[in-house]
Amino acid sequence: MSDIRAYELDGPTTGEAGFGDFLALLKPRVMSLVVFTALVGLLVAPVPVHPFVAFTSVLFIALGGGASGALNMWWDADIDAVMRRTSKRPIPAGKVAPGEALGLGLALSGISVVMLGLAANLLAAGLLAFTIFFYTVVYSMWLKRSTPQNIVIGGAAGAFPPMIGWACATGGVSIESLLMFALIFMWTPPHFWSLALFMKDDYSNAGVPMLTVTHGRKATRAHILVYTIALVPVALATGFTSIGGPVYLAVSVVLNLVFLFGAWAIWKRDEGVAQADKYAVEKKVFRFSLYYLFLHFVALLVEAVLHANGFGGW
Amino acid sequence: MPTASGAGKMSFRPDHELHRRRLGRNVGLGLVLGAFVALVFGLTVVKISDGGQMQGYDHVVQPELVPKEASQ
Repeated sequence: MSDIRAYELDGPTTGEAGFGDFLALLKPRVMSLVVFTALVGLLVAPVPVHPFVAFTSVLFIALGGGASGALNMWWDADIDAVMRRTSKRPIPAGKVAPGEALGLGLALSGISVVMLGLAANLLAAGLLAFTIFFYTVVYSMWLKRSTPQNIVIGGAAGAFPPMIGWACATGGVSIESLLMFALIFMWTPPHFWSLALFMKDDYSNAGVPMLTVTHGRKATRAHILVYTIALVPVALATGFTSIGGPVYLAVSVVLNLVFLFGAWAIWKRDEGVAQADKYAVEKKVFRFSLYYLFLHFVALLVEAVLHANGFGGW
Repeated sequence: MPTASGAGKMSFRPDHELHRRRLGRNVGLGLVLGAFVALVFGLTVVKISDGGQMQGYDHVVQPELVPKEASQ
């Protein structure tokens, strides 16, 4: 029997995953959001950063985000196998062994934090280390399976990147970076709960205490509206800080009006109507929420470009 | 020299799918490590250049940069 046959008999979780399988462990789609928000956080900061240092910093922030993704997939492999949305991830699909994901996650966590410390500063590295800890231990290991508020508190992990980007440039924390953090933090619950409304069976099958499972769908609809209302002042307040300006504020007003209208539409629907049109409104609001966040950060970037050329700002 | 039985002909077994996956992974890892080395090199150059600008004399006398023993 050749050595190849021996591998075949053992199945694919024998350390023979392809490069792409390891890349998939890093959740590339989540990483793209991390890269973008961290980059904006770094570029809107009032302290100029050498382009190569900026590139390296954002790269290692993204790598840290990827590392926490791998650690999350290692810990949640049992849940991922049950949920349709995640059943094709490398571990439940049998392409990568759980131990490999753990090893990759730990190694990349260490590399990303140390390298960010060397490239930028210790505060940025410390914030990145805390983000990885928060996402892996606080969210994945603790909150996700124990409370329906998992998304609310866990959302902090996704909110740190612009704050880390800002810290890379300035070496500190300020009201601007806190507001960028708050924007993503407050945006996460309505974003995920609208997803949970139309991925209805997934979370209940997996036993994850998502709000839709523990408090019902009517309560979830109300929560989406309340959190969207709470998001509005945070988004608008950013416009009045040193990184904001008329352009940002105009964009933010329009986006918040649309988001509010969507949240209100979700709230006033009942389950029967939603099922009849296959959750059309919920899906639309979920998609819009992605544009909502993206365009807010694009507007901040536009303001930064205007500021640099003597325009924009108040 | 080729023979009727095929002995002596250079013959390779076709690559198994496993080999292709290993090759892909090894090439990928090689590229990542190469990029990492380039990144550290670039970062070092930038940091040293920046340091030079911050502490360089710029052909102007800066007494605070002169070691104490030398100035006494």
